[in-house]
Amino acid sequence: MKGRDLLRLAYGGFRGHRLRTLLSVLGVSAGIAAVVVLTSLGSAARDYITREFLSLGTNLLIVLPGKTETTGMVPVIGGVPHELTLEDAEYLERNLRSVKRMTPVVLGSARARHRNRARNVTVVGTSETFREVNGLTVARGIFLPRRVARKHEPVCVLGATVARELFGRENPLNQFVRVGGFRFRVIGVTAPRGMMLGADLDEMIEVPTRSAMKLFNRRGLFRLLIELKNEEAIPFVRRDVARLIKERHEGEEDITVFTQDALLATFGKILDAVTAALSAIAAISLAVAGIGIMNVMLVAVSERRNEIGLMKALGATRNQVTALFLTEAALLGGFGGAAGILFGTAACRVFTRIYPDFPVSPPLWAVAAAAFVALGVGAFFGGYPARKAARLDPVAALRSRG
Amino acid sequence: MIRLENISRTFFVGGRPVHALRKVSFSIAEGEYVTIMGASGSGKSTLLNILGCLDRPNAGRYFLDGREVGGMKDEELAAVRGHKIGFVFQAFHLVPRLTALENVELPMVFAGAERGARRRAAQKALETVGLADRAEHRPNQLSGGERQRVAIARSIVMKPAILLADEPTGNLDSRTGLEVIALLEKLNTSGMTLVIVTHDPKLGSRAPHLIRLSDGRVIEDVFPKGAVTAKRSINRAGERADENVAD
Ligand SMILES: Nc1ncnc2c1ncn2[C@@H]1O[C@H](COP(=O)(O)OP(=O)(O)O)[C@@H](O)[C@H]1O
Ligand SMILES: [Mg+2]
Repeated sequence: MKGRDLLRLAYGGFRGHRLRTLLSVLGVSAGIAAVVVLTSLGSAARDYITREFLSLGTNLLIVLPGKTETTGMVPVIGGVPHELTLEDAEYLERNLRSVKRMTPVVLGSARARHRNRARNVTVVGTSETFREVNGLTVARGIFLPRRVARKHEPVCVLGATVARELFGRENPLNQFVRVGGFRFRVIGVTAPRGMMLGADLDEMIEVPTRSAMKLFNRRGLFRLLIELKNEEAIPFVRRDVARLIKERHEGEEDITVFTQDALLATFGKILDAVTAALSAIAAISLAVAGIGIMNVMLVAVSERRNEIGLMKALGATRNQVTALFLTEAALLGGFGGAAGILFGTAACRVFTRIYPDFPVSPPLWAVAAAAFVALGVGAFFGGYPARKAARLDPVAALRSRG
Repeated sequence: MIRLENISRTFFVGGRPVHALRKVSFSIAEGEYVTIMGASGSGKSTLLNILGCLDRPNAGRYFLDGREVGGMKDEELAAVRGHKIGFVFQAFHLVPRLTALENVELPMVFAGAERGARRRAAQKALETVGLADRAEHRPNQLSGGERQRVAIARSIVMKPAILLADEPTGNLDSRTGLEVIALLEKLNTSGMTLVIVTHDPKLGSRAPHLIRLSDGRVIEDVFPKGAVTAKRSINRAGERADENVAD
C-alpha cells in the first residue's frame, strides 16, 4: 500500500463523523496548546535570566560578607562576624593577580530631595564598573569616574526616573540633590534601563562607594564585584580571595565567593522545578487527550468491523489494517497538534501584549516538539485500537452488521 | 487447482461444538464452474470461507495450486486473497463513502499498485460489468443489481484465478439475480474458475459441477451433464476454458 493511499483511506474514515472527530481533535489541541504555552513561558524565563546575567560579564566573582554552608547557592545573609571593608577590597586588589577591575558596592535607601520635590531612592555606592556590568548607558554627563570610588566625593549619577521626578524638564547636570544629610552634585543621568533581577535601575542614585558608606554610616560593603581578565583564573582567584581575607579576618573565612555560573545554576534549579511541574500538567492534559483518541478509535473499529473484514477479504494484511487505523489516530493527533500550536501561539501573543517586558514566543524547537508529541500521542493511544482491528477474524467481522 | 482432504470445521457455541463441516473432500479443476448447494445452515458459507482462505479448518488439508494453505502465514494468506481469489458477497459489502470506481480499486490499493494503473484496471473492470458510466456514483446512488455488479468488478480487478460467490443473488429480485449469474458465467467462460453458493435449485442446475452439502457433509459431488467427468480427467486449463465456451 502506498503512503498517499494510506493517508487518503485513513482520512476518509472521518467522513460522517465530523463532530466526534472535531471533539477529539479539540481535546488534543488543548493539550498541545498547553505544551506550547508552558514551554514558551519556561524558555522565555530562562532567556530573561540568562540575558540579565550575561550583562554582568562572564568572568565575574561576587564576594559577600558572611559564610553560608550551602555550596554554590545564593547565600542568605545572616550574622556577620567581620564586615567586608573597603580596606579589605584594597588589600585584595594589591595582592591578587588576573584582576581586571574591582568594584566595591554599598546599598541603602534614602530620601532624595531637590527644592520642593522629593522621593525615596535606592542609593548605590559604586564606581564605573557598576555601569558596565549592568549595561547602563549615560544619557547626559558622565558616570562616576573610577578614581572617585575610594574617596568621598559629593557627586552623583541619577537614574532616569529619579532625574525626571526631581528635575522635570530642567537639566539636572551640576545641580544639587540632597540625599540624607549630604548634598551631591549631579554629574550624570543614565538612560532608561528598567528592571534588572527585581530592582529598578531607573530608581537608583549612584554615588562613590566611600560617600555611600559615610551617608549610611557603615563600615561594611554590601558586596564586592571582581572582574577577572580570563575565565581560567576563576578557581585560582577564588582560592586566593578566601586565603587573603582569612589573613585579615583573624583566621576566619567569613566571606562567600560565588560566580555567575553558580547564580545561573541556582536560578536554573528553580526553573527546572517549575518546568517539571508545568510539564506534568501538560502531560496529564495530553494523556486525557490521548484517551479521547483511543475512545474514538475504539468506536471507529467496532463501527467498521464489516469494512475491516472486507479489507482482509480483498487482500489487506494485518499490518496494513494496523497501519490504516494507526494513521487515522495519528491524523487526529496531527490535526489536534496543528490546532494546538495555533492556539498556543495565539495565547503567547496575548500574554506578550499584556506583559510587554516579558516577551513570550514559542521557540521553534517547542513547535516541532509539540507537533511530534501530537502525532506520537495519536499513534500511541491509537495502537491498541489498531491492533484490535488487525486481529479481528475476517469471517466474524464480515457477518457483523454495520 | 483446489483439493480438499477431510476438511472439518467446528465452532464452539457456549462450550458446545457445532460441526459446520465434517470431513469434506473434493477437487475443483482450473476453469470449472461449480455450484455448492444445501439447506440453510448446512455449512456452505463456512466451506466457501475456507476455500477463500478467510477461515482455517480445524482438521484436514487444503491444497491450492498444489500448496497446502494450512502452513501459510498471514502475509501469504493475504497475498492469496488479494491476487488469486475474488470474493462476491450476498450483502455486496461496498464501502459506502467511496465511489464505485474507488471501491473497485481497493484490492489494488492493498496490493500497492500505482494510481494510474489502478484507475485503468478499475475502469476496465467496470466496463466488463457494464457500469462504466456509474464510476463516480456512491453505493447508495446505485440499485441492488448495480451494487452487486460493482462488487463483481472489484472481485475481478486483480485478475484472480478463482471467483467465489456466496449467495450473490440472495439480496436481489429474480430477474436481476439472473443477470448477475449470467455475468459471473461470462467471466467463467473467459477462464476464471467460478464457485457459486446458492440454495436456489434453478440456479444450481445451470452449473456443470454440483456439490451438495447437508449438515456439514458432502452428500453429492456430481457432473449432471455427464461428459464432464471425462473432461476432469484431462484436467488441462486451456482445453477446459475452450470447452466451457463451447457449452
Ligand atoms: N462463527 C460461527 N460461530 C458459531 N457457529 C457458526 C459460525 N459460523 C457458522 N456457524 C454454524 O455453522 C453452521 C454452518 O453455517 P454456514 O456455513 O453459515 O451455513 P450456510 O451458509 O450453509 O447457511 C451453522 O449451524 C452455523 O450456525
Ligand atoms: Mg451462508
